[in-house]
Amino acid sequence: MNLQDYKGVFVFAQQVDCKISGVSFELIGKAKELAAELGTNVTAVILGDGVTALADSLAVYGADKVVVVDHPSLKEYTTEPYTHAMYSVIESYKPEVVLYGATAIGRDLAPRVSARVKTGLTADCTKLEVDAETKNLRMTRPAFGGNIMATIVCPDHRPQMATVRPGVMQRANKIAGAKADLDVVELTFEKNNKYVEVMEVVKTVVDKMDIMDAKILVSGGRGVGNKENFKLLEDFAKVIGGEVSSSRASVDAGWTEKDQQVGQTGKTVRPNLYFAIGISGAIQHLAGMEESDVIIAINKDETAPIFDVADYGLVGDFKAILPILTEQMKEIMA
Amino acid sequence: MDFTLSKEHEMARTLFRDFAQKEVKPLAQEVDETEIFPTETVVKMKKLGFLGIPIPKEYGGQGCDTLTYAMCVEELSKVCGTTGVIVSAHTSLCAEPIKKFGTPEQKEKYLVPLANGTKLGAFGLTEPGAGTDASGQQTKAIVDGDEYVLNGTKIFITNGKEADVYIVFAMTDKSKGTKGISAFIVEKGTPGFTFGTKEKKMGIRGSSTYELIFTDCRIPKSNLLGMEGKGFGIAMQTLDGGRIGIAAQALGLAAGALETTIEYVKERKQFGKSIAKFQNTQFQIADMATKVEAARLLVYKAAIAKDTQKSFSLEAAMAKLYAAEVAMQVTTMAVQLHGGYGYTREYDVERMMRDAKITEIYEGTSEVQKMVISANLL
Amino acid sequence: MKIVVCIKQVPDTNEVKLDPVTGTLIRDGVPSIINPDDKAGLEAALELKEANGAEVTVITMGPPQADAVLREAMAMGADNAYLVTDRAFGGADTLATSTTLAAAIKTLEYDLIITGRQAIDGDTAQVGPQIAEHLDIPNISYAEDIKVEGKDVIVKRQYEDRYHVVKVQMPCLITALGEMNKPRYMTPGGVFDAYRTKEVKVITRADLSVTDEVIGLKGSPTKVAQSFPKSVKPAGTKVILDPKDSAEYIIEKLQEKFII
Repeated sequence: MNLQDYKGVFVFAQQVDCKISGVSFELIGKAKELAAELGTNVTAVILGDGVTALADSLAVYGADKVVVVDHPSLKEYTTEPYTHAMYSVIESYKPEVVLYGATAIGRDLAPRVSARVKTGLTADCTKLEVDAETKNLRMTRPAFGGNIMATIVCPDHRPQMATVRPGVMQRANKIAGAKADLDVVELTFEKNNKYVEVMEVVKTVVDKMDIMDAKILVSGGRGVGNKENFKLLEDFAKVIGGEVSSSRASVDAGWTEKDQQVGQTGKTVRPNLYFAIGISGAIQHLAGMEESDVIIAINKDETAPIFDVADYGLVGDFKAILPILTEQMKEIMA
Repeated sequence: MDFTLSKEHEMARTLFRDFAQKEVKPLAQEVDETEIFPTETVVKMKKLGFLGIPIPKEYGGQGCDTLTYAMCVEELSKVCGTTGVIVSAHTSLCAEPIKKFGTPEQKEKYLVPLANGTKLGAFGLTEPGAGTDASGQQTKAIVDGDEYVLNGTKIFITNGKEADVYIVFAMTDKSKGTKGISAFIVEKGTPGFTFGTKEKKMGIRGSSTYELIFTDCRIPKSNLLGMEGKGFGIAMQTLDGGRIGIAAQALGLAAGALETTIEYVKERKQFGKSIAKFQNTQFQIADMATKVEAARLLVYKAAIAKDTQKSFSLEAAMAKLYAAEVAMQVTTMAVQLHGGYGYTREYDVERMMRDAKITEIYEGTSEVQKMVISANLL
Repeated sequence: MKIVVCIKQVPDTNEVKLDPVTGTLIRDGVPSIINPDDKAGLEAALELKEANGAEVTVITMGPPQADAVLREAMAMGADNAYLVTDRAFGGADTLATSTTLAAAIKTLEYDLIITGRQAIDGDTAQVGPQIAEHLDIPNISYAEDIKVEGKDVIVKRQYEDRYHVVKVQMPCLITALGEMNKPRYMTPGGVFDAYRTKEVKVITRADLSVTDEVIGLKGSPTKVAQSFPKSVKPAGTKVILDPKDSAEYIIEKLQEKFII
C-alpha cells in the first residue's frame, strides 16, 4: 500500500428519509479543520435514493466536494448495498481519512466497510487531530466505560477511519448559497446472499424514559415545597431534554412517583448531568447519585450537604432561578 | 486441609449473590413491613432449582451438595432473612427427611415435586407443650383400617399454610414415650387438616408461621415416614440437617449486616471525616468480620460433614450455636455503627437485627445446641 | 439449527479503578463478567433453542481465564463451548480479532451467529459486522428481537427513531442489544454440570487457516499511541448570586462542559 496515493478527508453524510442527519454537518466541520492541516479538501459522500438534490446543503456546511450514489437499492438503510457503495467510493477515490457518525447506521456500516477495505476503524472518537510530524490522524476515544481515554493511530493503512458521536464536534459556519461540486457515481447493485429484506419500517414514539437511562436528570426534593412547584422542574427538564427525578422526601410527600426516586431505597443513577433542586443531600440520597458526571445543586440552605458533592452549587431560591433558566435555555436550544 | 472453594462452588455463590441482590433485596423491606409471604420470589427460585439444591437429579433436584445449599441460604439471608428460612425449612425439614427415610413411592410422589419446586414443604414438630422438650408430643395418630387418624395441634410452623407437604410428628403409642412417636407425610387439603393462628413475629416477618390443627384427619398408612415408633429419631436427625440451614441463615444475616455497615461507615461523615476513619469503627468492623469468618468456617465444615460423615450432629450444633450468636452480636454492632439511622426502618440493619434473634431460638435454642454438644463430649 | 454465540469476558467497568500514580487500569480484584450485550445474545439463542430446537455453541477469544465465561454460559444452558486462545492472537485490534474469530467459527458448523452489539470495555460495536464480512454472510446489527421461521431469521432492527423488521436467510450474523431480553440465571445444577461433566474445547493458532499477517498485533491496523486517565473532577464551587446571574452562571458552566 502506497500511503501517498490516498488523499482527502471524506465524510459519510448520513441521511434518513432524504433528510441529512445533523451529525453529518458536525463531521464536515471537523473534517474542514483536519483537511486544512493536511493541505487537502473535504468530500461528503451521500448514499440513498433520490438524494442528489441534498448535495448543496452539504456544500453550505463546508463540503468542498460531494459524491453521490443515488440508487433505489439505497432507499432504506441495509448493510450490504451501503457497504458496497461506500467500498466502491473508497476504492475509486482513495481518501486518506473517512469519518462516520457513530449512529445506529454508522456503527454498522463503518465496521463492515473497514473489514472489506481491510483498514483500521476507531469508534466513538471524542477528539480528532493531525499529528504534526507524521501527519497521521490521532483519534482519541473513551474506553473502559469512560474510565480512561485512549489515542489510536492507524499508521500503515489507509483510509484512516473513525466514527464520532453526534453532538461531539461543532458545525462549521454556513456558507449561504454554496453549490456543491458534484460527482454522481453510477454503480450496479446485484442482489446476493448478503442482501436482506426490509419488511416494515416503524417510527417509534419515545415513551417516558427510565430515570436510570436518562442522560440529564432534574431532581427535586423537600425544598421544592409542593406538587405544583414540580411543574417548574418539568418545564425545565423538557427544554433541556432531561427527565424529572426526586428524593425520597418528595415521594413520601406524594409529589412524585416511587419510580422517580433516587437514593438508597430508590434508584442509583449516573447521568451526564444531575440537577439537585431543593435537595438537602441526605446520605441515602447521595448514595444514589454521586457518580453523576456533573452535579449542579440549587438550595436555599448554604450548609446543605448536597453542596459537598455538587460541582456547581447555587445558594438561592429555585423558584426564582429556574423560570429564568428555562427561558434562556429555550433560546439557546432553538 | 484445604479452605479454598472449588470453581463450581465459587460460581454457584456468584449465582446466589446475583439473584439475591437483584430479585430478593429490592423486596426485603416491603416483605418485612407488610408481613406478606414472598410468593413471587418462591416462584422464581423454583424455576432456578433453588428448592432442590442438595437433592439428586433423579428426584428432580439439582444434584449439588449441602455446602452449595448452605451458600444459597447464606446469600439469600444476607439480604432477606425471610427468604433464607423459606428455603431452609423447605429443603432441610421436608425434602431431606423424605430423601433419607422415604419409600421409593413416597420419593416419587413427594420428593420429586418438592425438589423441582412444584410443591413447597414444611415440618410440624413443635406443640404448645412440646418445644425444647420435643418428646412431650400430645398429637395422636390412631390406626383405623388402612389409615391413621390424627388429632392435635402444632405451633410456630414455618411455611405453614403456604406449604403443600408437611412432615408431622404424632404419638402412635403414648406408653412408649419417645419410642412411640411416628412421622407422617400430610398434604395440605386433607380433610381435618386446617390452619389456626398466624403468628405476629419480631423478625423474619414475611415467613408464614402458622398453627396446624388436626381434627380426625385421616392419612393413608402409606404416608407413614419411616417405621412406626421411629419418629423421634427422624425428627432429631432432620433437625441436625436443619441446623445447618439455620446456621447458614444466621451467617448470612451477620455477613449482610457487615457488608452494609462497611459501605455505610465509608459514606457517613461526622466531625468532618468519614466514620470509617475512627479507630472505634475500625476495631468494631475488625471484630465483626472475624466473627463472621469464624462462623462461616463452622457452617461450611458442618455442611461438608453432612455429606461425608455418618454423624454430623456435633458439627451442626456448634455451627448453629456460634453462627446464631454471631448473627445477634454482629447485627447489634451494625445498628450501633449506624447510629440513629440504624434504628430506623429506612436502613436494613434494623430488620437484620430483628431477624437475627430467631436464629438463637428455632430448630433448637442455643441452650439445646449446648446440650447436644456436651452430650457428644461427656 | 446450529447457533454460535460469540461472548467476551470483560472487566465490570463499573468496578474499574485507575492507579492514581501511573494512570493505568487496576484490573486486580475487578470482577470479570460476560459482556452484557453478549449475554443477551446468549439468552436469545437459548430462547430460540426452546422455541425451535437448536444446538447452542458459545465461543470466546481470550486468555485461558476466559474459561470462566464459557462455563457460565454452559451453566445457563449452552451445549458446547470453545476457547480461542494463543499468544499469537495477543494485541489484536477489532479487525485482527474478527479475522481470528471468523477463522475459528469456520471450523464449526453454524446457521446463525449471534454476537453482542458491543463490549463494555471497548464499546466499538465492530467485531460482529466484521466477522460477518470475513465469513461473507449478511449481518443485522442492533437486534431488539430475533425470530426464526424456517430458513429465515426475522429481526427487529433498532435505529434512533424507528425500527425495521428485517428478513434474512441463514446463514447470517445478528448483533444483539442488551435490552432485548433479561438473561436467565444459571442454575445450581447447571453450574455443577458445567464444571463436572461438560468440557471447554480449545482452539489455538495451529487450528486456524490464516496467515500471520492478519492476526495478533501484526494484523492490527490500529495501534494505541497513548492512554491516559480521564481528567479528575475538580472540587466543587459554591456561589451566591441573584436569580438572573444564577441562571447565566449555570448556562455558562453547561457550555464549558459541552453539555449544551
